[in-house]
Amino acid sequence: MPDAAPHALPDAAHHSLSQPTQAEVALAHQFDSLEQQRDATTLGMWVFLVTEVLFFGGLFTVYSVYRSSYPEAFAAASHELDILLGTINTVVLITSSLTMALAVHAAKVGQRKALIAFLVVTMLLGSAFLGIKSVEYYHKFVEHHVPGPGFQFEQEYFRHAQLFFSLYFMMTGLHALHMVIGVGIMLWMVAWAWRGTITAEYYSPIEISGLYWHFVDIVWIFLFPLLYLLGRHAH
Amino acid sequence: MSSTVLSPPRHYLNDGYGVKSWLLTRDHKRIALLYLAGVTFFFFVGGAMAVLIRLELATPPGDLVSDETYNKLFTMHGVMMVFFFLIPAIPAVIGNFLVPIMIGAKDLALPKINLLSWYIYMVGGLFTLYALIAGGVDTGWTFYAPFSTASSTTNVIPTALGIFITGFSSILTGLNFIVTIHRMRAPGMTWFRMPLFLWSIYATSLINVLGTPVIAITILLVAAERLFHFGFFNPALGGDPVLFQHLFWFYSHPAVYIMVLPAMGVISELVAAGCRKPVFGYTFVAFASLAIAVVGFLVWGHHMFVAGESVYAALIFSILSFIVAVPSAVKVFNWTATMYQGAVSWETPMLYAYGFIGLFTIGGLTGLFLAAIGIDVHVTDTYFVIAHFHYIMVGGTIMGYLGGLHFWWPKMTGRLYNEGLAKVSAVIIFVGFNLTFFPQFSLGYLGMPRRYHAYPPEFQVLNVLSSAGASILGIGYLIPMIYLMWSLRYGRLAGSNPWGAVGLEWTTTSPPPTENFETTPVVTWEAYDYGSTVEGHVA
Repeated sequence: MPDAAPHALPDAAHHSLSQPTQAEVALAHQFDSLEQQRDATTLGMWVFLVTEVLFFGGLFTVYSVYRSSYPEAFAAASHELDILLGTINTVVLITSSLTMALAVHAAKVGQRKALIAFLVVTMLLGSAFLGIKSVEYYHKFVEHHVPGPGFQFEQEYFRHAQLFFSLYFMMTGLHALHMVIGVGIMLWMVAWAWRGTITAEYYSPIEISGLYWHFVDIVWIFLFPLLYLLGRHAH
Repeated sequence: MSSTVLSPPRHYLNDGYGVKSWLLTRDHKRIALLYLAGVTFFFFVGGAMAVLIRLELATPPGDLVSDETYNKLFTMHGVMMVFFFLIPAIPAVIGNFLVPIMIGAKDLALPKINLLSWYIYMVGGLFTLYALIAGGVDTGWTFYAPFSTASSTTNVIPTALGIFITGFSSILTGLNFIVTIHRMRAPGMTWFRMPLFLWSIYATSLINVLGTPVIAITILLVAAERLFHFGFFNPALGGDPVLFQHLFWFYSHPAVYIMVLPAMGVISELVAAGCRKPVFGYTFVAFASLAIAVVGFLVWGHHMFVAGESVYAALIFSILSFIVAVPSAVKVFNWTATMYQGAVSWETPMLYAYGFIGLFTIGGLTGLFLAAIGIDVHVTDTYFVIAHFHYIMVGGTIMGYLGGLHFWWPKMTGRLYNEGLAKVSAVIIFVGFNLTFFPQFSLGYLGMPRRYHAYPPEFQVLNVLSSAGASILGIGYLIPMIYLMWSLRYGRLAGSNPWGAVGLEWTTTSPPPTENFETTPVVTWEAYDYGSTVEGHVA
């Protein structure tokens, strides 16, 4: 946006004519201080995460309704999931949350190299999760557990097992999409850190990316027991 | 006001010319005008469908369009009006323009996100327009499954995708307003010094961010069922169609409050300025907005009284639906109490406020009929329901929108419109509206169902009245288009405060400068501080 004519703003010291400092470059025109800017962007991310809770909440509602209606079919279908790969993925994802938290800390204290390293590790762990997930998807495809004309399951539970797998693909698919977006954000943040845009004074982009990453992890923390673990002993 | 005398006054409209300075702007005031262009366009597209519907219904047999075309007409009328006009109209146009100014800020907290949400809105709108041109869609704006997922052969996916995309625009605008109201208020602008319009916008934004994601996931589930045969709602595939209705109305009932709450906020401003008095019971009106937002989330089940809901659920939803009427009634009483012994004005914005209060009261009271299970069963899916929600949406939201547009037009453009023409068209709209929709209450009570292109001859008189009213209403909507455009070039200069109203927006120039104020205001007064200057009038 073209800058407005330089008004004489008596209350805003940062509009002085001297060379702008790094903090002034990072400050968007609508804010009075970096602190206000950080507060606003962080609140914005929290509100966004609330919308995400409601988004996944709709799916969890559908899941709960059908799980309580057809418990046996869901237990039988759930038994077909690969609990080993699921557990490994859970560990991978929790570890990525740790490295993300370390990245935020590194940004806060202004350690650029550590920040880049932790972001890259987080990205790699996220990609590993997606890789393992695609292996699981491939197995389901081979075993004819993808809903549609080719779906196969024991006759007694056929319809509702198909419902379970519809939910499985919808829930893990949308979660995976969020992971892909998360990896994209990490890539972007690595570029910013590389260029030196992120400083100890201006690290809120890393902080709110971290909030997003942790949220996506938490979704998985709910998905894993709901899809893989519940009712497992019934079969 | 330190600028030199000779240079022309700088404001947001002359701060850069050319297409790029508009399409890449991050100024909330310019984005408001971009939205104004968008919602006006979609309003007239949706209105064209309404014209065809009323033409078809002027005669009993289905003679103008086929039944299939008729299904597409009312679907597209509903989709265009609900998602692309009523939901964004007041927040995205008037709210976008006013929220930062009313709190004394330079802009919204997230200006780039604000521009992004306009682009998302337009892309979603064009997707839906494509679905319309490519042959339309016939499910009704409610997309009930399994018809929408298994039977309909029309463009369900492009339409649903258009609505899904536009949902993100609602979410981002709501998010932006919440963050802005929390974090960008000028020194001294406490929550309880804010104009009531902002409380309404805040409550609306809460519904936007809490409700819209649920319709987003619902639409994705419908799309997945249609594309991949995932059986979420189709009984043949193991799903439950009533679950779709629950998910749909969990958003779409609160969406009614997304449409009407901002209009209520506008009316609070108009009534205060039109009566030169503070709004009676400020805190009650403020909290009534929040109460509507909260309780509005708990009443969706009243859309399913005949859809196989348990008796107990129906009873509870019925009681809650009665309760949600209370905060709405509080507002109506408080506006009336504000007018009592006030020096009420008869200027155009106030005419719309009178219209709103009367029509919203009728719409709200007939809503109570529908909250009562016994009567609802009798009139479900009849023209009674159509009349009721048009009294809320057209009589409420559009009256509020037009009233607000007339009230703040001088601020937005710096020009005054022709007051005489404006008054005449406000009266035409009021008369046309009532003639269109009041007969529909009778039609519905007598048993005429909605969504049919033919009807028995005994319903013709009432239908002809309704169609005649619609043509008057249409003229009423066209006249403001003409004199408002005319005012842009030939209107008298407005000055900073043509109404003699209070509020931060009237302390800055018209049109405001790019960053709204020359210096950040410090607020030391309460909202609607008409105080001593008015005493003389009342006595």
